[in-house]
Amino acid sequence: MTAPLLAALDPQSAFVQACYIVAFSLFILGIRRGTHPTTAKQGNLIAATGMVIAVATTLALKGIGNWGLIAIGMGGGAIVGVVASRRVQMTAMPQMVALYNGVGGGAVALIAWGEFRHFLALGEAIPLDTFVPILFSMVIGSVSFWGSNIAFGKLQGLIPGQPVKVPGQQVLNGLLLVGIVTVCIVLGFDHDSGPSQGLFIAVLIAAALLGNLFVLPIGGADMPVVISLLNAFTGLSAAAAGIELDNTALIVAGTLVGSSGTILTLAMATAMNRSVPNILFAGFGALPTGAAEAEERPVTSIGAQDAAIKLAYADSVVIVPGYGMAVAQAQHAVKEMANELEKRGVDVAYAIHPVAGRMPGHMNVLLAEADVPYEELKEMDDINPEMPHTDVAVVIGANDVTNPAAKDDPNSPIAGMPIIEVDEAQQVIVIKRSLSPGFAGIDNDLFYNEKTSMLFSDAKQAAADIAAEIENL
Amino acid sequence: MPLITEITIFVLAAFVGFEVISKVPTTLHTPLMSQTNAIHGIVLLGGLIVVGLSNFWLDNLIGTIAIFFGTINIVGGFMVTDRMLGMFVRKPKKEEPAEKPDAGDGDAGAE
Repeated sequence: MTAPLLAALDPQSAFVQACYIVAFSLFILGIRRGTHPTTAKQGNLIAATGMVIAVATTLALKGIGNWGLIAIGMGGGAIVGVVASRRVQMTAMPQMVALYNGVGGGAVALIAWGEFRHFLALGEAIPLDTFVPILFSMVIGSVSFWGSNIAFGKLQGLIPGQPVKVPGQQVLNGLLLVGIVTVCIVLGFDHDSGPSQGLFIAVLIAAALLGNLFVLPIGGADMPVVISLLNAFTGLSAAAAGIELDNTALIVAGTLVGSSGTILTLAMATAMNRSVPNILFAGFGALPTGAAEAEERPVTSIGAQDAAIKLAYADSVVIVPGYGMAVAQAQHAVKEMANELEKRGVDVAYAIHPVAGRMPGHMNVLLAEADVPYEELKEMDDINPEMPHTDVAVVIGANDVTNPAAKDDPNSPIAGMPIIEVDEAQQVIVIKRSLSPGFAGIDNDLFYNEKTSMLFSDAKQAAADIAAEIENL
Repeated sequence: MPLITEITIFVLAAFVGFEVISKVPTTLHTPLMSQTNAIHGIVLLGGLIVVGLSNFWLDNLIGTIAIFFGTINIVGGFMVTDRMLGMFVRKPKKEEPAEKPDAGDGDAGAE
């Protein structure tokens, strides 16, 4: 009779606690192996093993039941997870991560609600050291669920990517936050005399509203920060859920996720030279700035053939990709172009700005998909000193991250933002569909620089054309 | 478990997290995010506990959705991370024929 024996592990027993310790150790080891591209895949398997141990242990606990529902939930979730992870295109990774963030936050909020209802049904007082984490995880979980869904909608193009401004939004958000905190305190005071479920649900809804309103005004190019921040939120909410459920694996795992999200958020903000509150609350790019009034300045326009000649006879070429490369799905064509150049002995490197794309590391994944060796991917601080010795810099679908106004014009909205200094290269080719300004809504002086040639075309088409022309040279 | 013990665990884990994660290179930040998403799926445990406690339709529904969400996170997160990291692993066949890029073209062309 092993089955009933197994199904009766005491949650507080040393064996169960030991299993959870093994599980979270494997998470940490897994992330530790993730510090190098060659070992990261193995690290992921290690972390997944930890998860299997944690879930298996929990399934064997005393008090776990309702197997039909567990089968439905886990079966359904597994199917969705497998299909989604197989089908998703690498260009759509930001949406995918936003969505995963969302369901994670949603799960935490629901668990908090379920725990709350459990205590109500028992009619017992809820100890404050359980109730406070319940309230915390419910609010943060709900905010990140709805915030992530809005981020998903924006990235997927279901909602306009432009900042959506409502008058008095800051005030409204502030009031919502104050209201949520106040009601939570009221609930907390009632912890031993049956707190009102109506109020609890009101807070859940207010947090949902706050999640929506807080992400709606943030524009597409600030998404790397938003996604990282929501990641940190869901992590903290899971750690709180761990405290409410007395589960060490949950506390440690949630805290790891929270640290990761926090580190990424700060890294992204530094890379934009803006503070996190500024990104969240300023609605950058919402205002159609005066610079949009088209100045008639001359630009040099070239075709694929001329671009091919410039590139083929260069010694060193640096490719600067941006979100436009992802939109055009151009990563394979870009790699083909680089292959042609390397065949001719040209030195090719890729310069990746930390906030290029829509999530941290977005460009790196796309280029890895196209089989670009990770050694050729250079970080901003490593490539900038090389720029003066670079013959041609090719900007593909990037804009604001190359705008020299960031260092030259103290009045520019992006003043002080670290950029990839393509203007230092001997020549610059910008592949872009039009002269339209980037996300920041400001003109890019780079386009009018005498060293710059504009190739007006779709990124994928342009890269393919250039590759073909180089081959024919 | 006493609250203070849990807070101790939280604080120590935060320090470990910061130390380990700040060593992850920017190249791997996207897989890091999807992997931490998967680890976050551990909230599934909470869903299992809630469903185990429940005997009312609403609690059943809440718990089942939480389990569903948590499992999506775990399964989807680890699998998509595995898929991504597979792209960072150098294909051995491509190492030696540096001047035979035809093999590489075939790979890259398979969109």
